[in-house]
Amino acid sequence: MPTFVKRIVGAVVIILLLYFVYMMMSEEGLFGFGIGAYPADVLMLIFVNIILAVSLNLINGFTGQFSIGHAGFMAIGAYTSAYTTVYHGQHLERWLAASIGETPAIAIVFLIAILVGALAAATMGLIVGIPSLRLRGDYLAIVTLGFAEIIRIVILNIDVVGGATGFSVPGYSNFIWVGGFAIITIIVIRNIVRSDMGRALISIREDELASEAMGINTTRYKVIAFVISSSFAGVAGVLFAHYKKFLHTNDFQFIRSFEVIIMIVLGGMGSITGSILGAIVITVLPELLRQLPTINLFGSTVNFADLRLVIYALLLIGIILTRPQGVLGHHEFGLNWLKRAQKRPEGDEPIGASKGVPIAERDAPTADSAKEAKNQ
Amino acid sequence: MDTFVQQLINGLTIGFIYALIALGYTMVYGILRLINFAHGDIYMVGAFSGYFLAYQLGLASEPSLLGLGAVLIGAMIMAAIVGMTIERFAYRPLRKYARMTTLIAAIGVSLFIEYLFVARFGNAPRSFPQLLKLPGWLPQALQPDQNGNYRLFGRATISIVQMLIIFVSILLMLILQWIIYRTKLGTAMRAVSFNLNSAKLMGINTDMIIAFTFALGSSLAAAGGVLTAQYNPTIYPLMGIITGLKAFVAAVLGGIGNIPGAVLGGLLIGMAETFVVGYGQNIGIPSTYRDAVAFSILILVLLFRPAGLLGSTVQEKV
Repeated sequence: MPTFVKRIVGAVVIILLLYFVYMMMSEEGLFGFGIGAYPADVLMLIFVNIILAVSLNLINGFTGQFSIGHAGFMAIGAYTSAYTTVYHGQHLERWLAASIGETPAIAIVFLIAILVGALAAATMGLIVGIPSLRLRGDYLAIVTLGFAEIIRIVILNIDVVGGATGFSVPGYSNFIWVGGFAIITIIVIRNIVRSDMGRALISIREDELASEAMGINTTRYKVIAFVISSSFAGVAGVLFAHYKKFLHTNDFQFIRSFEVIIMIVLGGMGSITGSILGAIVITVLPELLRQLPTINLFGSTVNFADLRLVIYALLLIGIILTRPQGVLGHHEFGLNWLKRAQKRPEGDEPIGASKGVPIAERDAPTADSAKEAKNQ
Repeated sequence: MDTFVQQLINGLTIGFIYALIALGYTMVYGILRLINFAHGDIYMVGAFSGYFLAYQLGLASEPSLLGLGAVLIGAMIMAAIVGMTIERFAYRPLRKYARMTTLIAAIGVSLFIEYLFVARFGNAPRSFPQLLKLPGWLPQALQPDQNGNYRLFGRATISIVQMLIIFVSILLMLILQWIIYRTKLGTAMRAVSFNLNSAKLMGINTDMIIAFTFALGSSLAAAGGVLTAQYNPTIYPLMGIITGLKAFVAAVLGGIGNIPGAVLGGLLIGMAETFVVGYGQNIGIPSTYRDAVAFSILILVLLFRPAGLLGSTVQEKV
């Protein structure tokens, strides 16, 4: 099959899948199968978190720049788009609905809102990124954290968007939007990482000085990666805002940025599938812990559901202690994992595999020969 | 002028508390290059230990200078134990991995302490007992008025608690200075922060030194906790989050890893905050921006001095 046919088929399958899940989330369900309101809620959050985690992984995992201000860009996206839909959206929607109907009108208005949110977050990313990406390591971390907090506090003091009382937003977002943008994010980030730009980013992560010596404009690439990452955070913010229908700056505290960091570190820095896995686990885990039972322990009743956040923290420490490089490390999870189990064809040895082994070690089992022996 | 002096004193008081906490951040960073996010919670643990000690020892009902000293030292010991435990079980196993990993462990520990305290003691604020009372045999001239204040000049006053905070902080910082520059342990600490592996080769028990550093930093944070609780007597399990963050900002501002820098940063942040709340209205900054002040100063300073005020940039060599 030619590649473009494959891609079209893939796109159709994905759209159909999204549509099916969307239908199942509706009140009457699809063919009698429905997803309840609560699981649907968790599912939406998972996909919003996937956008956040995968986009943050571009700057943290692949470029190696330690940014912990993702919640700030999310807030920018959420609030600018909410401002657009609340103060300009209704008017535009009514005008469009008269000529093309209700549903497409909402879709167009929401698409504009998403673009506004993404652009605003990208602009903010540029403003924050250009000065702060000159800093390295922990200094960059604390500056991004500081910018995110400043953004939050400034928003808290703007009365047009509700200030401290919160801001009601129309609920345009649904699963097709959220799932669709999550998939777009994954594809875009994956393509960036595989392109020559991705190579440049990875070389910056491995050794900034060496990559600069190879002629890579490190500052430029770092800023580009940062802007792309923040614009996707903005998109996540837009989707989140129009799904929650109510915005408060408490949703964008630095603990939110930490949550995203936890997702990518747990999944494995520099692994897109790892970030997705991390997003799923970190979203679902607290919800699962909510259902812990009350148990009679040594004569006193212990309600484990009340302790869920303590258990969550303990699990977090436990996972990081047992798997410090993240669940997937640098690897990607995919179909080629299944292929790897197949035996290598004859003569397909990597260059230099049989050379340079000292005579004394020739007979000793190497890591490769041990694997061969196990396979046979 | 009166108000200015008053603001200056209030700023110094808060600044010294930030400085005490910032010292812990900066020492741990100097040795392990680790941002110990749980440090703000150690400050909270210190305040809570002080609270329970005061009630257990029956000091809450009869305040005295000696009792306050006992509570302070008790809280410092408790926090030191907690700090060393965290280091032993959460950070030491991860020391050879990427720093990001240890950071996640630190966030995990921080969440654990916070939620454990919320689950055990509830989220509601508790009122910390007033422990400070000068002995009655002191001459009348040295006793404060009925509000616990001393007149400075004009309408500016300094309360006895503020004096206590400033005095105890300076004392603790002098002791720290003595430990770091005049004792064998301090020399070992400086050696480890200079180069951990070389220090190990020279026969220094680096694990012990790192544990000691955590104990030292944690006890300073606990002192900060008890002193804050005397100044602003409401304690609650999440009190360490924002204070810890600002103290960390103070440490970075002064140049992280640099001990005088941490004190300077703490004082600067404390003063800046107080002055924004006091005078910000006049120049159009509402006092709700209080929490943003620390970060704004930090960002401005880092743009011009990327290693903080007193930090020195190390040229990377190939």
